[in-house]
Amino acid sequence: MNIELIIGILNIVLISTTPLVFAGLGELVTEKSGVLNLGLEGLMLVGAVTGFITLVLTGNYFYSLILSIISGVILSGIFAFLVLNLMTNQIATGLALTIFGIGLSAMLGKKFSGTPIEGLSPYYFIIISFLLVFSVSYFLSKTKSGLIVRAVGENHNSAYALGYNVIKTRYLTIIFGGVMSSLAGYYISICYAPMWQEGMTAGRGWIALALVVFATWKPWRLLVGAYIFGGVAIMQMNLQAFGVELPGQFFNMMPYIATLIVLVFISSNKVRLKLSAPSCLNIPYEKNS
Amino acid sequence: MKKQSLVLVVIAAIVVIAGIFFITNQNIQKDVSDDQKKIGFIYIGPPGDHGWTYMHDVGRQYLEKELGDSVSTTYIENVPENADAVRSIRKLAESGHDLIFTTSFNYMDQTLEVASEFPDVKFEHATGFKRADNVSTYSARFYEGRTVIGHIAGKMTETNTIGYIVSFPIPEVIRGINAFYLAASKVNPDVKIKIIWVYSWYDPGKEADAANTLINQGADIIVQHTDSYAPCQAAEKAGVLAFGQASNQEAFCPNAHMTAIEDIWGPYYAAKAQAVVDGTWSSEDTWQGFKDGMVEMSPYNEKLLSSDLIAEAKAIEEGIENGTIHSFEGPIYNQAGELVVKEGEVADDGMLASMMFYVQGIDGEVPQ
Repeated sequence: MNIELIIGILNIVLISTTPLVFAGLGELVTEKSGVLNLGLEGLMLVGAVTGFITLVLTGNYFYSLILSIISGVILSGIFAFLVLNLMTNQIATGLALTIFGIGLSAMLGKKFSGTPIEGLSPYYFIIISFLLVFSVSYFLSKTKSGLIVRAVGENHNSAYALGYNVIKTRYLTIIFGGVMSSLAGYYISICYAPMWQEGMTAGRGWIALALVVFATWKPWRLLVGAYIFGGVAIMQMNLQAFGVELPGQFFNMMPYIATLIVLVFISSNKVRLKLSAPSCLNIPYEKNS
Repeated sequence: MKKQSLVLVVIAAIVVIAGIFFITNQNIQKDVSDDQKKIGFIYIGPPGDHGWTYMHDVGRQYLEKELGDSVSTTYIENVPENADAVRSIRKLAESGHDLIFTTSFNYMDQTLEVASEFPDVKFEHATGFKRADNVSTYSARFYEGRTVIGHIAGKMTETNTIGYIVSFPIPEVIRGINAFYLAASKVNPDVKIKIIWVYSWYDPGKEADAANTLINQGADIIVQHTDSYAPCQAAEKAGVLAFGQASNQEAFCPNAHMTAIEDIWGPYYAAKAQAVVDGTWSSEDTWQGFKDGMVEMSPYNEKLLSSDLIAEAKAIEEGIENGTIHSFEGPIYNQAGELVVKEGEVADDGMLASMMFYVQGIDGEVPQ
């Protein structure tokens, strides 16, 4: 093992893990405020396709990034409206959002798949992902607004009694989550594998969801977890290429198994569970109750 | 009250959007004329994948062009390889189609199930091995193309390390690896291939990771048996060479793409449709390669390959076509050193169809 090889491996790990950090971090904030959004995969795909189409049509990276973000705002806004105002079931609505996003992105991108584009360097986004983890961690633990988000997620009735606007807070966190997911999608179709093809996120939204639980809702742990998931995947490829035989299918399910283990671990103890998961996660909030 | 009307509006919007999706996704074209034969296709992916399904759709369009007004074609895309496929195949059969092509391996049992309900409808199942009176099977000898790219790779590699990205351990894929290695090691005995299984036909991100990993480990040529063009793009970015998969992918990686193995289904589709029009269709098994034009090489990239090497590659194509060259010529040993194909003989189709071992010289084991 020489140093160049190791740097090369780290480079690939950085590039392949970043979308998980973006999507996971957004979902973490959303869940901290007590809302479970299972629509990540759909949001990512729509973010990926809108960014790609805009880039093909305008040739401008800035516009494509902005439009991709706007797509996230709109879709997650719809999700927020459904679960917050109409109080639909969060799990069903999130799943619907995923299915909708898969279909919508396929329809929008039909004419554009197979158009060659010039990809963008992933390194800007990698740096931004680290800065975002730092900011979110600081925001949640050190600022008043962050405390409000956590209060809303822990007990929305108390937060309301203290005079905080639960609905508004949740709107903001859901939209933040949506924007982060579309950034993850944008990164995939513009930097990671510069192309558009249907369903190209290939389940990364679900891994990001698992990651939030794995990280027990802590931003730094999320970063570490993402790099463990990403690093293991790249390491097993390296071992394969070195001729070491490994059960590849096992490594594909590794993120989910690791998450299950964490879930079993934190739910084995009521106190530990309470300290980790936001108490109001997935509980609808009715203002007048 | 206000909330209720809001809910109604949302529900109405969802129904309308879902309706639009349903209609656009199904792509069923209705036809009025009676004397026309209706030909249906079931696709596993979207025609825009620039790989497997794309080439089947090119074949469909060729059929339409060749047969003109005597036929009309229909396709249903994104049909999953599960019980759902039965519904889609039956839909085509019920709506008066005379010939239905099901273009993926795992539609096998579903095709036979529907075929038994509609004895008057003819079925053609791609890459399968189960037939019935009204079900034919067909596939292409892609491995012949692997022999050509193996030869090129053996000559072109400078690090003597070739990266090979593969999907699932099935005979078709193993056969491709073996054909490639036999040809590459023939011209370059020092050549080593590094194999990464990604356990997916299609995951651009993972395919790119695999390509980058192989390049990082010293591979200067990337070969793939997965469906997206991400590996070729990764090769382009890293400044190494690659081969395209299923269709000509030069547009996506002009400085890396040496050639590609193309699946050419059009003439076969046209011939079978013509047989239905003429009433001469019969159930058979077809496995064709260069000779019948079902496999072709994309134009060789003259910027990357010398004219001598291009001439050699073309000579191999020709040799395979007229039978003087075979991808699996003896003596061939397996990894344990046992002779599997004797000197002067070639591997028969039975061995090729069930090939689940690596030939001698390839490192690692076939995953179980």
